[in-house]
Amino acid sequence: MNAADAGPVLLEVRDLSLAYLTSEGRLPAVRGIDLTVAAGEIVGLAGESGCGKSTLASTVLRLQPKDAEVSGEMLLSGADVLTMRWGDLRAVRWAEASIVFQGALHSLNPVHRVGRQIAEPIRVHEESVADDEIETRVGDLLESVGLPRARARAYPHPLSGGQKQRVMIAMALACRPRLIVADEPTTALDVMVQAQVLHVLSGLVHDLGVGMLVISHDLSVLADVCDRVAVMYAGRIVEVGPADQVFSDALHPYTAALSGAFPRIGDPAARYAPSGLAGDPPDPRTLSGGCSFAPRCPRGVEECAAAEPTLVPLSPTRSVACIRVAGRATDEPDR
Amino acid sequence: MSAPASSPETAGSDAAGPVLTARQIVHRRRLDGLGRGWREFRGNTPGVLGLVVLSVFALIAVFAPLLADPEGLKVTQAPGGVLEAPSSQFWLGTDENGRSVVTLLIFGSRISLFVGLLATTISIVIGTLVGLTSGFFEGWPARVLFRMTEWFLVVPFLPLALVLATVLGRSLWNISLVIGITSWSGTALLIRSQTLSIKERPYLERARALGAGRWHQMTRHVLPNVMPMVFANTTLMVAVAILAETTLSFLGLGDPTRVSWGSMLDGAFSVGAMTTRSWWYIIPPGVCVVFVVLSFTLIGQALEEIVNPRLRTRR
Amino acid sequence: MTTLATPPGGAAEGAGGGDGEPDDPGEDGDAAGSPSSAGGGRSGYGGYGRFVGGKVLGSLGSLLFVLVVNFFLFRVLPGDPARTLGRGRFRTEEQLNAFRSQYGLDQPLFTQFFTYLKNTAQGDLGVSLRYRVPVSDLILDRLGTTLLIVGTSTVLATTLGVYLGVVSAWNRRSLVDRATTSSTLTLYSMPEWWLGLIFIATVGVGMGFFPGVFPTGGLHSTDVAPGFVNGVLDTAWHLVLPVLTLTLAYLAEYALVMRSSLLDEMGEDYLVTARAKGLRDVDVRRRHAVRNAILPTTTLAAINIGFVVSGAITVEYVFSVPGLGLLAQEALSIPDYWVLQGTFLVASAAVIVANLATNLLYGALDPRVRT
Repeated sequence: MNAADAGPVLLEVRDLSLAYLTSEGRLPAVRGIDLTVAAGEIVGLAGESGCGKSTLASTVLRLQPKDAEVSGEMLLSGADVLTMRWGDLRAVRWAEASIVFQGALHSLNPVHRVGRQIAEPIRVHEESVADDEIETRVGDLLESVGLPRARARAYPHPLSGGQKQRVMIAMALACRPRLIVADEPTTALDVMVQAQVLHVLSGLVHDLGVGMLVISHDLSVLADVCDRVAVMYAGRIVEVGPADQVFSDALHPYTAALSGAFPRIGDPAARYAPSGLAGDPPDPRTLSGGCSFAPRCPRGVEECAAAEPTLVPLSPTRSVACIRVAGRATDEPDR
Repeated sequence: MSAPASSPETAGSDAAGPVLTARQIVHRRRLDGLGRGWREFRGNTPGVLGLVVLSVFALIAVFAPLLADPEGLKVTQAPGGVLEAPSSQFWLGTDENGRSVVTLLIFGSRISLFVGLLATTISIVIGTLVGLTSGFFEGWPARVLFRMTEWFLVVPFLPLALVLATVLGRSLWNISLVIGITSWSGTALLIRSQTLSIKERPYLERARALGAGRWHQMTRHVLPNVMPMVFANTTLMVAVAILAETTLSFLGLGDPTRVSWGSMLDGAFSVGAMTTRSWWYIIPPGVCVVFVVLSFTLIGQALEEIVNPRLRTRR
Repeated sequence: MTTLATPPGGAAEGAGGGDGEPDDPGEDGDAAGSPSSAGGGRSGYGGYGRFVGGKVLGSLGSLLFVLVVNFFLFRVLPGDPARTLGRGRFRTEEQLNAFRSQYGLDQPLFTQFFTYLKNTAQGDLGVSLRYRVPVSDLILDRLGTTLLIVGTSTVLATTLGVYLGVVSAWNRRSLVDRATTSSTLTLYSMPEWWLGLIFIATVGVGMGFFPGVFPTGGLHSTDVAPGFVNGVLDTAWHLVLPVLTLTLAYLAEYALVMRSSLLDEMGEDYLVTARAKGLRDVDVRRRHAVRNAILPTTTLAAINIGFVVSGAITVEYVFSVPGLGLLAQEALSIPDYWVLQGTFLVASAAVIVANLATNLLYGALDPRVRT
């Protein structure tokens, strides 16, 4: 679906920044992010580990650690999560938006049965619901993710990774939220299970009309399932656009490197020489002030170190933050 | 030292330095690790405090004859009167025999520290051996050892100590033995679970594939990785051993000819120092025990945090 | 020995051997799952039954071990057991022989062992050399007092200790936490009987301006009016200090371990999940964090029982309370061997039973252990 068909905007992130205050100094994890997710659309957020994606995810429900410095706005259906009163926040959590956490291995309480954990948010948010109705709903939820109803009586530890992840998805749906954030939903799952989980997730959007934000370092997963994709590097968004375009025709050099790392079927050259990217993501404490990608960029020039490039819209649906693509210095030859 | 290896891969981490052997690299890495550990320890205030206090007591114990007159321990030649209150002559008064409490405290430190260390050594040696063996080897000998460890865990310390004391006689060696016997199983369990997890690590598998024998695996791979945890555990065990020794001496199971803090309190109790309000006889020995045990505990906890990175993040 | 370095995998039978990854990797569809979750409903309780059976068997094994140890303790001595056991009390050969035949020491070792087992099973633990009554009678007589002291202290220490530990951990680095941690560390570092001595010296005998409030020892005062209620109150009054002493001593360890394990749990991911669901802080703490953190404390309780028994000995000695502990301590002086042997047996059996109870409790609390 394209952006025009999307429903009302559910999530609007405005100039969000978050820095961890550690004993070793101030660690900026997210630096001025703008993002929107509308009902019925799946937005992907791509990037390497450590670029700040998970931090962003936790901030959606104000779950960031206490010693984190946050600025900007995180609007859920118009209300700023970051400054909400505690009571309002608790009401919003899970009922308006829920999160499918990464690493379901440890995200489930090991001593409570699965059914109880799925039912818990229902009991919190809809106190008047009777026990047998809750039981029915839990069973329905499990079935909707492809698990048998009897699973509700199981404890988390005998379940496999894929089953646990699906339990997490069922749990995320319990209070019928309008927005779901899926943080690395397929990491640590093998390929067959990945496909199943992605199928479930996209099914939810099409059947229920929820809005979804999928976070992953795996661009192929995002290309498969998302409508739009935003690429993050060192705490900033460097490119946004429709998923297929971003993947196949990347504009930002980093995106190009990311998608180029996946060999394409049918392209003999890619099989023999998948392009990689030398170096490591920068240490957030030592960012100098210019483009954070410049040290690793194959197209970098002197001007790149001058200032951090801003996200410039090239068309109604695509934006890039790179002076070599949009802005001055486009005509200079590559390095 | 063997000659440096000639292949380029073993070129050490120094840019222009000599080429190092594998053993030298390992050695250097261990030293670096120790340096790092020490720096971390320095940042742990309670641990450092414990170390300082402990050093003071250790020095007192070592230099006891220089700090106090050993003649002051002799009951027959006691310098003071019975249960004298503190004065300028006797800073902490005297005991029921007229001996200076300060002298007794100073010499008592020797026994408490000595027995504590001896008992812990026994405990750690047995515990490490049993733990390593039952964790590393398969088959029924290992299982039997594990069962025995569990059984020893249930043996209550004091009743056994009472029985052994009557059977073997009262001496410091027997006290140490009793403490060692009743405490090794905790260490053994800890080491066993560590060994079990290390055993499955990839580098052990590689060592086996390269033909490393069991002994080599145990001593060169498992033991060095288990040692840090053992060390932390040992420190905490010494604390427990000293408490145990004090208790056993208090009950009169120690060597009657030697003064320890526990035996001082035994004297105090027998003579009814509580009713005569002879606080100088009751309080100081206990305070010394608390200080020493607390020091070991704080140091042990600091070491545990260094060894177990999981614990670090939550201070 | 009580130590804060509790084995991470859970000591004793808690977690079995080593660290195992509970997941089996690989997708297996939804029908099969793993054996224990097949058919959903039965996994919890059927597994527990087998778990209980295993633990009980283990305890019986421990009991047998204790019986063996108990038997051989007095007989592995070098030299003639009769001479050692009757140290200095017999002068003629006839007396020695009489002693030998009375205690069956002239029989082969195996026969002696089976006689010992048979006697123990029947409750015959020998005769006290000092009181000249059967040891079992003495023990039964004194058991109640000790159970009262130990039981009350354990209950108080566990509840208070856990509560303090939770409060400390949840409000880490606050004033409450710092104060609690320092005082519990100090309490943990002192011999419990020394605390008793201090109590006696201060509130028992009186110090400075304070009059002595509590009795300094014994179980009964002579000047109490007759009557059952008066007797009970009098006993309770006498037990205040001993119970307080033991409670404070063991509270410290529970508080420290609970704090430590709760701090461990607080970093866990499932707590983030719980908060994300909109739970109140209190509920996150109680239902999720503490519920998991209580597990290591349960294991600790299992190990600790042995030391509660030992603690009873010293505290009864200091407060002259006529319980099992004092009996054992008095037996030292004769030495009254059969009494010592009997009390060792009872103490070990108590530890085994308590361990069993705690392990079963742990099994009920942690489903992962049952599979």
